[in-house]
Amino acid sequence: MAMNSTGRPTAPADAQSTAQDVDTFSGSRGLLQAEPLLFEVGAADKCGVDLPDVPEHTSRLGGLERSEAIGLSGLSEPEAMRHYVRLSQRNYAIDLGLYPLGSCTMKHNPRLNEKLARLAGFADVHPLQPQSTVQGALALMGELSHWLCAITGMDAVALSPKAGAHGEWCGMMCIRAALQERGELSTRRRVLVPQSAHGTNPATAAECGFDIDELPADATGRVDMDVFRSKIGPDVAAVMLTNPNTCGLFERDIREIADLVHEAGGYFYCDGANLNAIMGKTRVRDLGVDAMHINLHKTFSTPHGGGGPGAGPVVLSKRLSQFAPVPYLVQDGDAWRLVEDDAQAEEKPFGRMCAFHGQMGMFTRALAYMMSHGADGLRQVSEDAVLNANYLLARLKGEMSPAFDGVCMHEALFDDTFLKNTDVTTLDFSKAMIDEGYHPMTMYFPLVVHGAMLIEPTETESKESLDRFADTLLSLAVAAKSGSSDRFVSAPVLAPLQRLDETQAARQPVLRWREA
Amino acid sequence: MRYLPLNEDDRAAMLARIGVSSVDDLFADIPDDARLGSLIEGLPEHAGEMAVERHFTALSKRSLSAGEAAFYCGGGAYRHHVPASVDHLIQRSEFLTAYTPYQPEIAQGTLQTLFEFQTQVAQLTGMGVANASMYDGSTATAEAVRMAVRITRRNKCVLAPGLHPHYAQTVHTSANGDKIEVNVLPPAMGKDLAVVDKLDNDTACVVVQNPNVFGELVDLTPLAEAAHAAGALLIAVTTEVISLGLVKSPGEMGADIVAAEGQSIGNGLNFGGPYVGLLACKDDRKFIRQAPGRFAGETVDASSKRGYVLTLSTREQHIRREKATSNICTNSGLCTLAFTIHLALLGELGLRKLAGLNHARACVLADRLGTIEGVEILNTSFFNEFTVRLPGNAAHAVEAMAKSGVLGGIPASRLFGAGEFDDLLLVATTETNTDDDDAVFEMALREVL
Amino acid sequence: MSKIYFTEDHEYLIVDGDTATIGISTYAAGQLGDVVFVELPDTGKTVKKGDDIAVVESVKSASEIYAPVSGKITHANEALEDEPETVNGEPQGAGWFFKMTISDVSELEGMMDEAAYAEFTRE
Repeated sequence: MAMNSTGRPTAPADAQSTAQDVDTFSGSRGLLQAEPLLFEVGAADKCGVDLPDVPEHTSRLGGLERSEAIGLSGLSEPEAMRHYVRLSQRNYAIDLGLYPLGSCTMKHNPRLNEKLARLAGFADVHPLQPQSTVQGALALMGELSHWLCAITGMDAVALSPKAGAHGEWCGMMCIRAALQERGELSTRRRVLVPQSAHGTNPATAAECGFDIDELPADATGRVDMDVFRSKIGPDVAAVMLTNPNTCGLFERDIREIADLVHEAGGYFYCDGANLNAIMGKTRVRDLGVDAMHINLHKTFSTPHGGGGPGAGPVVLSKRLSQFAPVPYLVQDGDAWRLVEDDAQAEEKPFGRMCAFHGQMGMFTRALAYMMSHGADGLRQVSEDAVLNANYLLARLKGEMSPAFDGVCMHEALFDDTFLKNTDVTTLDFSKAMIDEGYHPMTMYFPLVVHGAMLIEPTETESKESLDRFADTLLSLAVAAKSGSSDRFVSAPVLAPLQRLDETQAARQPVLRWREA
Repeated sequence: MRYLPLNEDDRAAMLARIGVSSVDDLFADIPDDARLGSLIEGLPEHAGEMAVERHFTALSKRSLSAGEAAFYCGGGAYRHHVPASVDHLIQRSEFLTAYTPYQPEIAQGTLQTLFEFQTQVAQLTGMGVANASMYDGSTATAEAVRMAVRITRRNKCVLAPGLHPHYAQTVHTSANGDKIEVNVLPPAMGKDLAVVDKLDNDTACVVVQNPNVFGELVDLTPLAEAAHAAGALLIAVTTEVISLGLVKSPGEMGADIVAAEGQSIGNGLNFGGPYVGLLACKDDRKFIRQAPGRFAGETVDASSKRGYVLTLSTREQHIRREKATSNICTNSGLCTLAFTIHLALLGELGLRKLAGLNHARACVLADRLGTIEGVEILNTSFFNEFTVRLPGNAAHAVEAMAKSGVLGGIPASRLFGAGEFDDLLLVATTETNTDDDDAVFEMALREVL
Repeated sequence: MSKIYFTEDHEYLIVDGDTATIGISTYAAGQLGDVVFVELPDTGKTVKKGDDIAVVESVKSASEIYAPVSGKITHANEALEDEPETVNGEPQGAGWFFKMTISDVSELEGMMDEAAYAEFTRE
């Protein structure tokens, strides 16, 4: 044993002992504190909020007073701080490291946006205050609309959709309304959707009552044009296409696709999930798009917040804009006005998608992001996002297997060919990344590629960050191919938890805590 | 540009490594005539923090915020006090900048809070289980109707006359594609029981709001009994969840599915969004399998430690595609976090007191406004919101009060359209109001009448 | 005397006269991984060959089960609702999905026997 001058050991007595073998008495592990459920640490009579006294009054509850206890647990403020801070430390986050989830655009969330979204004129105004008292909030929505239309070249934007899938539904309902007006809704039943599409696309088209017809990909990862031409016809309502697509590739034949669907009397819905790749490089209007949702929580940096909230404004072509849902915004001179019900509408709204006017809190953040970047910065964002993805592709292609040849757009797609004849699967490879301190890439999506690994670094990463990430992935790939599967099949061992039993969770669902 | 880490040397080195001479080579697949040769037209160039902040501050000042006014608006969005610790905690990087918890080993923070949220929502509504949230109360209601249609395999729904019109319109629009027949009863006070007359063998569900849009409390028990006798489900809607601290839960009154707006707990007004939709139902596999959205569930890891995962995902669009129960993907993640933290701070004791305080303030206010000549309080029961008949046009009164810095409620015509309800005013109050505020409101209303 | 047939969708039919017991093959159960749920058809329902009438789910997948022949559903294996793992344990035994009466036995023509199916799945 090596001793230093004070007589303490300078190195672990036994180097064999590894972190995961140590069982502590407390359940905590160094900085990672054990934390039971709220209902196990709290109590019914604890409270972290001091409220004013209840004034004298005659109750008017109509005999519907609650008689049963609710069962809630309470915490004092210091206990609450610890509970949630401890839980937070079990999460990976963009602020912690590279978050290469393909199709998700995990970019930096500027804190200026958080500050501005909390200004009282946006955060502390009621949706049904007199419109004369919310002109600042309405003007902000007007400015956001201007930016979204300018970036895409489209004529109008529906702001109320609350997320990407909600935006898809908005766009497809506009198309449905247009077909209804033409008297063709009953004959145009088919919506063409690529096999590589996000699951929301077919789910949305089905919710609008359409039949789904799948489009296969060709050998280059794009829509198979021979099949597309054979499927287009007078019963086609629309094509739903993501561009760049979920393989990270620009659909080269997009103009022909748009022309063919238009000639056949249908519409072109574009899934705008991947707008981050093309801002300032092309406008979707010039690609022939009729409607496209924009995920403000992807391209325009509003925080993902562990799964939401999002916002999915939909830009529309002139011929669809008349069908946009209520409420919509109009400008009368210097004043802004919301048209809130069908009776006031001069246009032909297809209906209402939700209460009130959309995700104001996301509008402020997204506009702050856009203004910070400006026209020059937004173009740079797309160029850097595409450059970063291609740099990773170039650095990784020697040891990993790109799904398609050539350059990519903002995300690089690999298949599991490089893991052939190893005992390592895409899942194992991803879980090993967790031990290396990285969030895994998107796995097993898109479905058109075997064992898919979709990497989207975004413009947020520096070259140093990309190099470190590439070095790690290359080392893992070499390790997998050399036959050392141990670090993969048992991974992760350095995360707060090891692999979780999802089969048990699904077979015997436990969806809430109950008193034992 | 402060958000972009690459410098020109980096870019040059990276292009060389890729083997292309310029970044435009990476965009070669864009059709030539669709390429933008210059910057996007009509937009300014980049701006520093100070410039952006100046612009936003100026815009913000053009609105009258609730905090600057005597404030009495409700109608599905309520201004409650949110403790400072809530906003601090939801801004922690690990919560704010995390994605959906698809890798559970490194997302236990989000997953455990979702599990706790689901439990709180189930407790509050008196239901067996709850999901990990919907966009808001109105979309949760529309999803609940579609869910009821799948469960019962019937295709009609009846919407009560006290359902918030935005909710009714959302249900109606959402049912359109699915050919669900929506029977909307014309808005009216005190007529919610009338849904019973519309029940038939094709009715999947009745949708009843409590407190209803006029603020009245509705005994759901007879409605549940009538619905069940006809083989239909009762969907109970609540737009003010604080009421559940004082009022019988929908579960106790026999609801099968609950759709609610959770904004009141943990979330500000935000001009209408983002909010947090609550969806709860009976703990019955037939119901859970038809539910939309995400569920967090408990399980164990490889070393038998307790942990949480997203589960029952085969209902969802990323697996089931066109056969999914809903196209929803995003939930209201961060808003659910704010909800669950605020509710944890309140606990049983705090929520009951808060609800009691809201009701008391409404009772005091109703008594005060009732003393004004020509003003009539129409509710016999209410929680923290009630309907007032004015001796004139309510929208005009509200506009006039706003000029003196009083946001004195919502004219019913804003929700129902001009006509029948022009003289009705919806007035809501919460714990944020004091006797002094009430006096200012009373004086303003007296002045404009 | 019963006889077993297989379809290209990896369903099996154990046929006895005009009644058939239907489930997924041992091979398919292995490919699917841990079965977590089976959605069964309603008994009494009349189905056409090729209709999707049931669903078998693992954690991350949902697969349709098609009616392999036309006829009427007579029994559904309700035990699977609580113990879906039986599909993995005894797919061609206690893990059957449903029983039906066959309306047209000629629809069985062209289906694989045990040996042909073994060949079909050898890849």
